[in-house]
Amino acid sequence: MNAAIRRESPGKKKFYKVLERVTESVFFLCAAAAVLALSVILIFLFIQGIPALREIGVWNFVTGTTWQPSGNKFGILPMIVASLLATFGSALIGGFIGLMAALLLAEVAPRFLANVIRPLIDLLAGIPSVVYGFFGLMVVVPLIIQLFGGTGNSLLATIIILSAMILPTMVSLSETAVRAVPQAYREGSLALGATHMQTIFRVTLPAAKSGVLNAFVLSLGRAIGETMAVILVAGNRSTMPTSILDPVRPMTANIALELSYASGLHAEALYATGVVLLCFIVVINITAHLVLRKKKEG
Amino acid sequence: MRKIIDNVQRSVLWLCGGIAVAFLAVILVYVIARGVPYINWEFLSTAYRPGLDQEGIRDIIVGTLAMVGLTLVIAVPIGVLAAIFMAEYAKKGKVLTTIRFCVESLAGIPSILYGLFGYTFFCLQLAFGFSLLSSALTLAIMVLPVIIRSTEEALFTVPDSYREGSLALGASKLTTLFRVILPCAIPGILSAIILSMGRVMGETAAVYYTAGTMARAPSSVMSSTRSLAVHLYLLVKEGLESGDAFATATILIVIVVGLNALANFVAKRLSRKLTGGN
Repeated sequence: MNAAIRRESPGKKKFYKVLERVTESVFFLCAAAAVLALSVILIFLFIQGIPALREIGVWNFVTGTTWQPSGNKFGILPMIVASLLATFGSALIGGFIGLMAALLLAEVAPRFLANVIRPLIDLLAGIPSVVYGFFGLMVVVPLIIQLFGGTGNSLLATIIILSAMILPTMVSLSETAVRAVPQAYREGSLALGATHMQTIFRVTLPAAKSGVLNAFVLSLGRAIGETMAVILVAGNRSTMPTSILDPVRPMTANIALELSYASGLHAEALYATGVVLLCFIVVINITAHLVLRKKKEG
Repeated sequence: MRKIIDNVQRSVLWLCGGIAVAFLAVILVYVIARGVPYINWEFLSTAYRPGLDQEGIRDIIVGTLAMVGLTLVIAVPIGVLAAIFMAEYAKKGKVLTTIRFCVESLAGIPSILYGLFGYTFFCLQLAFGFSLLSSALTLAIMVLPVIIRSTEEALFTVPDSYREGSLALGASKLTTLFRVILPCAIPGILSAIILSMGRVMGETAAVYYTAGTMARAPSSVMSSTRSLAVHLYLLVKEGLESGDAFATATILIVIVVGLNALANFVAKRLSRKLTGGN
């Protein structure tokens, strides 16, 4: 049988070795492209945004309440407030409803029902955000005018639309987390005499905490970053909101609305808005990271 | 007492589940029911020239397809090869952690910042202008995390025994990769590609500021064009014919939801193939 073993010539062997090396480097370069892309985006954003922050002053920029590019007044506090209220408002409403719906699907609903609803919700996660904005403008805004008067385009409309938008993500991710809780936990709790509901809220949910928190953070990120849907329903007035029915302009909307015609310091101020937005996203993620790690240690 | 609390809790669960489903169903039914009557062959096959009373979306569909195609041509090879590096070659350590951190961070950047970056870097700095190329490059960076993550996951689901078997037979690492691992992972990679198609189609902010709003089919990669999502945004924003907006929204929903369903189906076939007896 020995004769059957084909001996490769040293040249060919060397060729294969080189080939392996080359392909590995190509793979590495492609992975490095992700690093490169992120660095270029961040560097670019900061290079464009920092001069404005320096000229206006970081403190004046983030605490100023007047945004008036024609009068060289660049204060984005109203937009920061709008972004935060819209984000946390929608994350609380959408997050709560989504989490309860996830618990229902994973623990309570009959199997056939869950099997119908789950894929439907998964599919809805893909609906483009501009469709949500369109629906908001056609239905939610007139409804608010009818119920409360005012302009309709408001913080409330923004919160409602963002809540709907993050629902699918929240339901689908938290359901996965709840399902991943070992069956033994539930059996143990039930065996100790706890009711089904006690088991769900005192045993299963706490055990799925980190996954649920992760879903919540992703929803926050989606809500704070949403732009076009928000522009359609928020009203975009750059003054400080005094009630939930006031028109608002979140940071993302500020960038998108004025980018096309801004120049000079005005344009730089928009990049600076982007930098501030990014800082908030980083803070949200770091907080989540710390909370998650604490949970693991504790 | 316990019984009352139980019942309250149970009702809250059902109520929230009902709200979630109802909310999403209302959005879908409302838009589609109003959109379908406006969809006909003329709408799909004529150009968009509102001045001439032509409000079809042919050119916009062509523009969208071109944008999706060019984005995938750029993003898929880079994403798949990057995932191969991360799953099959990289050793645990600083390099891998850094790359993974960057991929995660890219996924967390909001699309308007991609738009801002694409507009300044590709459109102005590199002087590509509002063009198919600018938008495809921007979108390619945006979907890179989607492709990398799903491909990596697909590679992880290939059992190690396949790799060991192939290597034990004397195959080189490269041969193992192309003859054994990749064929098993192909459904997962496909579903990643389909998912990113949906992502590109649904994107508005980043496209608006990189491809511009020209409602014509692109004649080259340097020409400005308009995607369906941007078209919908502009129709809604200008408050023109709402029938057109409903019809465009319906088509957009059908395509994106269809793509998602396809991705799920393909991914499911993968898991069946790897777990079921094969």
